[in-house]
Amino acid sequence: MRGSFSTITKMFSASVVAAGLMSAPARAADDTIKVGILHSLSGTMAISETTLKDAMLMLIDEQNAKGGLLGKKLEAVVVDPASNWPLFAEKARELISKDKVAAVFGCWTSVSRKSVLPVFSELDNILFYPVQYEGEESERNVFYTGAAPNQQAIPAVDYLMSEDGGSVKRWVLEGTDYVYPRTTNKILEAYLKSKGVAAEDIMVNYTPFGFADWQTEVSAIKKFGSAGKKTAVVSTVNGDANVPFYKELGNQGIKAEDIPVMAFSVGEEELAGLDTAPLVGHLAAWNYFESVDTPENKKFIADWHKFIKNDKRTTNDPMEAHYIGFNMWVKAVEKAGTTDPDKVIDAMIGVSVPNLTGGYATMMPNHHITKPVLIGEIQANGQFETVSRTPGLVMGDEWSDYLPDSKDLISDWRKPLSCGNFNVATGKCGGKGTN
Amino acid sequence: MTLIRAGLMLLFLLATLSSSGAAESDLHAVIAKFATAKGFSEIGTVVHELTATGDAAVERPLSALADGNLYVRKADSLVFIGKEAGESVQLSDPLGGEASGEAAKDDVAKIKVNNTLRRVIRDALGTLTLGAKDPAVRLAAADTMFKTPDAANIEPLDTAIASETVASVKALLEQARAASVLVSDRPEADKLAAVALIGARSDRDAVSLLTSVEAGASSAVKDAATAAIANINSTLALWDAGQNIWYGISLGSVLLLAAIGLAITFGVMGVINMAHGEMVMLGAYTTFVVQQAIRTSFPGLFDWSLVIALPLAFLVAAFVGLIIERGVIRFLYGRPLETLLATWGVSLILQQAVRSIFGPTNQEVGNPSWMSGSFDVGQLAITWNRLWILVFALTVFGMLLYVMKRTPWGLQMRAVTANRRMAASMGIRTPWVDALTFALGSGIAGIAGVALSQIDNVSPNLGRGYIIDSFMVVVFGGVGNLWGTLVGAFSLGIVNKVLEPYAGAVLGKIVVLVLIILFIQKRPRGLFALKGREVEA
Repeated sequence: MRGSFSTITKMFSASVVAAGLMSAPARAADDTIKVGILHSLSGTMAISETTLKDAMLMLIDEQNAKGGLLGKKLEAVVVDPASNWPLFAEKARELISKDKVAAVFGCWTSVSRKSVLPVFSELDNILFYPVQYEGEESERNVFYTGAAPNQQAIPAVDYLMSEDGGSVKRWVLEGTDYVYPRTTNKILEAYLKSKGVAAEDIMVNYTPFGFADWQTEVSAIKKFGSAGKKTAVVSTVNGDANVPFYKELGNQGIKAEDIPVMAFSVGEEELAGLDTAPLVGHLAAWNYFESVDTPENKKFIADWHKFIKNDKRTTNDPMEAHYIGFNMWVKAVEKAGTTDPDKVIDAMIGVSVPNLTGGYATMMPNHHITKPVLIGEIQANGQFETVSRTPGLVMGDEWSDYLPDSKDLISDWRKPLSCGNFNVATGKCGGKGTN
Repeated sequence: MTLIRAGLMLLFLLATLSSSGAAESDLHAVIAKFATAKGFSEIGTVVHELTATGDAAVERPLSALADGNLYVRKADSLVFIGKEAGESVQLSDPLGGEASGEAAKDDVAKIKVNNTLRRVIRDALGTLTLGAKDPAVRLAAADTMFKTPDAANIEPLDTAIASETVASVKALLEQARAASVLVSDRPEADKLAAVALIGARSDRDAVSLLTSVEAGASSAVKDAATAAIANINSTLALWDAGQNIWYGISLGSVLLLAAIGLAITFGVMGVINMAHGEMVMLGAYTTFVVQQAIRTSFPGLFDWSLVIALPLAFLVAAFVGLIIERGVIRFLYGRPLETLLATWGVSLILQQAVRSIFGPTNQEVGNPSWMSGSFDVGQLAITWNRLWILVFALTVFGMLLYVMKRTPWGLQMRAVTANRRMAASMGIRTPWVDALTFALGSGIAGIAGVALSQIDNVSPNLGRGYIIDSFMVVVFGGVGNLWGTLVGAFSLGIVNKVLEPYAGAVLGKIVVLVLIILFIQKRPRGLFALKGREVEA
């Protein structure tokens, strides 16, 4: 009984706080620089995006403790687009027009990013997008701090094909039915075929969002894997559907030594909801793992635990992307001497900041960054252990070389080219990629 | 012949016994090489070197390596088996297992393994553990050797077969031997016999093995293998159909669990309760809290956590349901649209409340041991958690039916639903019956949450995934009829799962929805429509 009443009290106090946050910018004086945070705090995506909001608040706090930026304090403006794609566009407009933010950090799903793109180019502001995505896009107003397919999917498949990864010959591409898995799988299929994999050795399957009953799919994987060739699953299954998927894999006894599953959307946060003992050895490809042993990462984790007041909370790859993106923005603003988005966009290219895995991230002219690619195996403690790491940094390639539509396109936002989809075959700016 | 074999075995035994003293230092020397091995391939070389000794003592360090428990002490490059305990690691000797003190985590380095190495170790251990005392270990060893045939395995397998006493292990050993014969250069007659023996397994592993052998074999063996594969595949096709039906029944039981509470609140009372899914979620979170308490205070009781969570989940959800009914719904009887909106609002409040208290991320709800893994019935792999959920769903259904049909309370509930004013005239306190009925429906949704926490995410969004399906089941089965809900749930589950392998999960779901729409057009009151005066009430 008491539990329920205090629940309601907490609810009300939470909404009061939220209201306070939202009205705060109106009262704020001009001596602060406002930073917009556009992540869903309710609805289906809250599970992933709330963490990023907290990570941003922590980064802004830390910057203020260091004395702010250009002699001013930073001020976070948090809005909740509630996992509702059109609302993302509305909230983005509100942040830029009403709150006059200098830059926005936000979005998770590709569809939310697509929905805010017109707002950012119309109002000429900056969006930092922290999640791995399907590529095939390069916008002047967006900086992509997550991985492009060549910084995650392709190296992951390369690893599986290598001797260390088990010399896989047969492939299951399992994904959730939306744009990121579909495009990634299209690229992977073309890539695998270019490596001599026969069409009958590739099985592609899609399931709906939030899919919970994986029995048929898992037994189909088992069946596909019993053709006498080493088989692996490449999973672009998104969000909530992963937990039932892995539970079914564990229960049907699919072991990583026999049919490993390589996931692109499963990080430490997703594993937190799982008993990982039956999953040891299944893989994930990211540009950051919480288990990476560097002084920068140790400090970041310690700071995060202190900020969130819970030392069980994990860190993950998109958090590192925001860490890099935010530090890059700070550096670019210092370099430009102003927060005027137009000038900051130009100053961003070439900015280089340390990442958390012991290297440097540099902003390239195509608005993507350099990243190391790490392959990790799931451990019994819910962490990943790095089993392979690209020797150097990989540059994000926005237009995939393996898709016929985009193989001639490049992006370079430096003057005089200033074009996101320059066709090297025709020598003209434009063509595909404006959708 | 037997004499020679016996003699050989004796020699083998003597060799292992007498050499153990000298070998131990040799083994230590080999194990020490782990400290300097760089990369997975070098570690793999050391593993091979260890297994080549043929000494069963290497099982301990190799298992430890496979589990990621082998460490190198940085100070003196000695290799130990380690057990993490907080910030330090407890070390023990890799061969004897004697305790060798503790070390801080930073002072030792874990020897890394990956899938490929784990497989190498598993295969190697297979051969080494053929002579183990425990029949289960021997069975596992035989199984590994079946899956990784090697001509060199034939001799040890022959020895093992000769001394094996357990029939099931012996059969598997013979199959493993047959698999190894297929990849050896034995005469064709032996190979044909091997194909026949493996073909008799008629399971997926046999197909897998025969397919890989098929390519490189001589024509007679190849034909035999092809025939055996075709034969197995036709049997498997039948099993596949059976498997789809089982999957359908299992999905049906999940749908039934999710919908059964709604069959009371919506079916019997006529309240469009959009917060139904959140009651399921509350049940799942109750399970989480119970497990959390058990983990910290009474770890021995973990296998009982679900049993303990059941009554608590019922009480929590029923209590919240009672508050919703008293606080919101009772003012809205007879106004379906307002009820729909109000309960939708309540569902958002509950979701956000859970999000504020427990955080937005998934919570880990563990499977008790009796709900993990699977067992085989013929070629059907049946997972324990699905089986228990089916049993549980049917039990809940049975109990609910009993309450509704056989208890005075159930009688009052049905009386109030049939004719409220008449029931009130007969002295039934209708507001109380309303409140308790709603609480019952909510409570049942809560215990459904306990079961669903075993197969789905425990997150604030848990309920969202089930609300549409639940309404679909209740409407399809016929509003107000519990049996309709049962039949509706299982038929939707089976249709869905039979379609899925052909149409894919996305299209399959769409087809099911279209079918329901057509069905509702034809029979607006669902499968089992209530007839008579109750309908007008």
